[in-house]
Amino acid sequence: MTGGMSGLGEMDELYEAIILDHYRSPRNTAPVEGADVDLEVNNPFCGDEFHIQLKVEDDAVSEVGITGRGCAISQASASLLAELVKGKSTDQVHDAVDSIRRLLKGEEITDEEADVLGDIEALGGVRKFPVRVKCALLSWVGLDDALTEHLSK
Amino acid sequence: MSNSESGSGVGSRAFDVDSIRADFPILNRKINGQQLVYLDNAATTQKPAQVIKSLTDYYEQTNANVHRGVHTLSIEATDGYELARTKVAKFINAPRREEVIWTRNTSESLNLVAATWAEANLSEGDNIVITMMEHHSNIVPWQQLAFKKGAEVRYLQHDDEGVIDIDGAGGVIDSRTKIVAATHMSNVLGTINPIAKLAELAHDVGALILVDAAQSVPHMPVDVQALDADFLCFSAHKMLGPTGIGVLWGRYDLLEAMPPYMFGGDMILEVTYEDANWNDLPYKFEAGTPNIADAFATGAAVDYLSALGMENVWKHEQELTAYAMEQVLSLDNVKVLGPQDPALRGGVISFIHDTIHPHDLGTALDQQGIAIRTGHHCAMPLVRSYGVVAAARASFYIYNTKSEVDAFVNGISETEGYFSR
Ligand SMILES: Cc1ncc(COP(=O)(O)O)c(C=O)c1O
Repeated sequence: MTGGMSGLGEMDELYEAIILDHYRSPRNTAPVEGADVDLEVNNPFCGDEFHIQLKVEDDAVSEVGITGRGCAISQASASLLAELVKGKSTDQVHDAVDSIRRLLKGEEITDEEADVLGDIEALGGVRKFPVRVKCALLSWVGLDDALTEHLSK
Repeated sequence: MSNSESGSGVGSRAFDVDSIRADFPILNRKINGQQLVYLDNAATTQKPAQVIKSLTDYYEQTNANVHRGVHTLSIEATDGYELARTKVAKFINAPRREEVIWTRNTSESLNLVAATWAEANLSEGDNIVITMMEHHSNIVPWQQLAFKKGAEVRYLQHDDEGVIDIDGAGGVIDSRTKIVAATHMSNVLGTINPIAKLAELAHDVGALILVDAAQSVPHMPVDVQALDADFLCFSAHKMLGPTGIGVLWGRYDLLEAMPPYMFGGDMILEVTYEDANWNDLPYKFEAGTPNIADAFATGAAVDYLSALGMENVWKHEQELTAYAMEQVLSLDNVKVLGPQDPALRGGVISFIHDTIHPHDLGTALDQQGIAIRTGHHCAMPLVRSYGVVAAARASFYIYNTKSEVDAFVNGISETEGYFSR
């Protein structure tokens, strides 16, 4: 007979407690009235899709709302993203997206970067599951592109 | 010794799963420290040592180009290549071996028909009838052709359990229908479609019937004459054979009248600086050096299945599917797509878990050594019609066992336990 919890122990690296927590109770899911940035991101391959809304005031994100559906990783990642961006300047958001990209690619990040990411470092476990990196990056990359576009207007 | 001497007479062999399993080296693999349980057979099947050996034998003993030399190796290569065609023709009960065209896969076979027969025979206002459960490969070529021709793609409806509304089909297929293209067995729902009945409806209005047999030829006896089919397409890699080779079978008179698909060496009879004319069937559709080695290996795969007997293959899968359906349906949080009655379906079980996303489930099962498919299964519109964007799928073949089904069902329970910690 195959299977058994022994096989699933390895999964803890992917599904850390903080990830499961955000997956079960995503933060910042309320819609944002009069959003400056309003986008749908999706990965047609796996069907994950998120609706991301931001209010940007004085070059800082003042409100954020993210809803959607997807696997535990993409949902937790979106929720962690929402927590992070609130109150950050657009530059800070951009830098954080850069850090998370490198973290998930298995590159080193500095202590300062790790401080900024805080809980989000838990997503780093995805590295060991390369096919799931896309799940973790979906909302981040979408938001970064949308912010860049918003600023260029 | 060339394949042509060794491969013709196929013995028969008892359907014994243990001895079958012993032929598949990959089944010994450990995945994440666990014994591999391979349940992604609808995507591609594993290959027995006999098929793998036919490839190495070919390259070690026979390799040469076909149809163009008088030397021994070229003759042996040609004989083996053509013998494999004969084996395939017998396997699907084709009236003539020249009706079997080698392609790269089912997708190419479908594209070939769309680009040649349909290109030549469809006009503005005509329609192509397909089902709502087609693989992208049997949707997109028709959509593209319809755009180009000003033709219409129409859909046969199916009920909640994925059973085609055959009574309603008469209202969809009409005098402007030129071809009905339907999957014999759905790679998502497992539904087995009433092809012979659809053929009758198509022929009644002067249309043709094309069968996407990618999921049927590997699993059940398929007889192109009994189905009254006009075209039938399948891939070797889903029936123990190698990747990179597939089959288009078509009725001789149709193939004969069709324009070529690609141009070049082998498909011509005579070339001048001004023009060219076409070779006979099947060569008219086989431009350039073909996939000789994989044709040999496809012959070996057909031999393997023929020795087991397709009735026995089908019986084994039906038993396993019935057993698996019972187990999976007994899980509280799981909904199975397609017919709930195992007798109406093949060995493909797609399902949705109420709380666990297919990708999380796929990763968790992989950690337990169990390979299933997750995602849209190349049938996005169909999967979306169930209100989801992704599903999980387990699919069976000759080497799967009840204890593997147990491992799979247990794996789902373990995953539920993990995520509800
Ligand atoms: C029903 C059906 N049609 C067509 C295809 C396409 O086969 P291939 O990828 O070998 O061209 C598949 C394979 O997934 C299939 O299941």
